[in-house]
Amino acid sequence: MDGVHDLGGRQGIGAVRPEPDEPVFHSDWERSVLTMFPAMAMAGAFNLDQFRAAMERIPAAEYLATRYFEHWIHSMTEHGVRAGIFDPQDLERRTRYYQQNPQEAPPKKAKPEQVDALRQMISNGDEYRREVEAPPIFEVGDQVRVKPGASTTHTRRAGYVRGKAGEIVGVHGAYVFPDTNAIGGGDCPEHLYTVRFTGAELWGDEPNAANTIVHIDQWEPYLTTA
Amino acid sequence: MSLEHDIHPSPGIVPRSDEEIAARVKAMEAILVEKGLIGSDAIDYMSSVYEHEVGPQLGAKIAARAWTDPEFKQRLLVDATSACVEMGVGGMQGEEMRVLENTDSVRNMVVCTLCSCYPWPVLGLPPNWYKYPAYRARAVRDPRGVMAEFGLHVGDDIEIRIWDSSAELRYWVLPQRPGGTDGFTEEQLAALVTRDSLIGVADPLTPEN
Repeated sequence: MDGVHDLGGRQGIGAVRPEPDEPVFHSDWERSVLTMFPAMAMAGAFNLDQFRAAMERIPAAEYLATRYFEHWIHSMTEHGVRAGIFDPQDLERRTRYYQQNPQEAPPKKAKPEQVDALRQMISNGDEYRREVEAPPIFEVGDQVRVKPGASTTHTRRAGYVRGKAGEIVGVHGAYVFPDTNAIGGGDCPEHLYTVRFTGAELWGDEPNAANTIVHIDQWEPYLTTA
Repeated sequence: MSLEHDIHPSPGIVPRSDEEIAARVKAMEAILVEKGLIGSDAIDYMSSVYEHEVGPQLGAKIAARAWTDPEFKQRLLVDATSACVEMGVGGMQGEEMRVLENTDSVRNMVVCTLCSCYPWPVLGLPPNWYKYPAYRARAVRDPRGVMAEFGLHVGDDIEIRIWDSSAELRYWVLPQRPGGTDGFTEEQLAALVTRDSLIGVADPLTPEN
């Protein structure tokens, strides 16, 4: 989707503002939101690409002006409602209740098997690599161009590399294809490459981009021979 | 830090207060707990892991090992995922990792322009500035300007290589070992390695600072 989330190269956004001694969590609720991600994924509410796609549907002004974990809340709400986990009216009613009773905490109930599942997941991760029979079309050293067309659904074909020519510097094997996985179209694994672009190809003679190289990982369907 | 200093939301976008967000999250959590989809102990467990166990101190330990053990460094640069497993490090959001080495003539810097991909097993959860629009927009176009905002001034004679983490490969940087550290133990060296130096926007600390 050609949304405002596709930030690479955009101007007029201001300075980077690092926060000294930044805490891991800025508010207590962030702890819950972090854990809702694997919990709701395990409940089948979304996969990783569906989760990202819903964040890209946040209205642009809101996307730019809200905290990052609010993006997660937005995606979880959209998918939770669609999956029948959240009833919108019930969610609103309960939200009002906790707003009026800020000292109240949600009910507590242990789920030890979920703690075990998280322990496994945190130390082993997930598997996005897939075996495919088709060999990769491109090899290291090939000159390629990222397809220039627009996109109406989730993609990792970032706007700033579309139509630009680069060189294949990594051939990684096949991975889940985000563009289909995000719309419920299945894994449809495709070969993944690291593509290298010069700053001059991306940004012309802009002084800030002098003597810079940008690498981005792109799936085979994004690329054509340059 | 809020973004309000930089961005003025359009009319109709009313920023939510921390209290409003907390109420919404409590409502979501209550429903998930009642439906048996999340455990209160799971929330405590997972948040505690990223608050106390998995963080940039792990990446620092690995960088310090690479500085003191040339064979380990070689393995780290060839196959970072396996080398990190040797150190007991790996897993979620770092299933496959690649380490980029800084040299006298090359500096590397990691970004995710499309969302917030970050090597969790070695760095923990990303800081806000990494996830917010300014860094994601500018890292690929004005890396020297971004580094300067972190206090690092890099001349045009040094090549800057940016790595935009757009797939499930996770990148991080092996900074150069600071001078004046001859004879330092791994532990002493690890104390000099900062999160920002592993992202590539800063140098490690020096013995003086």
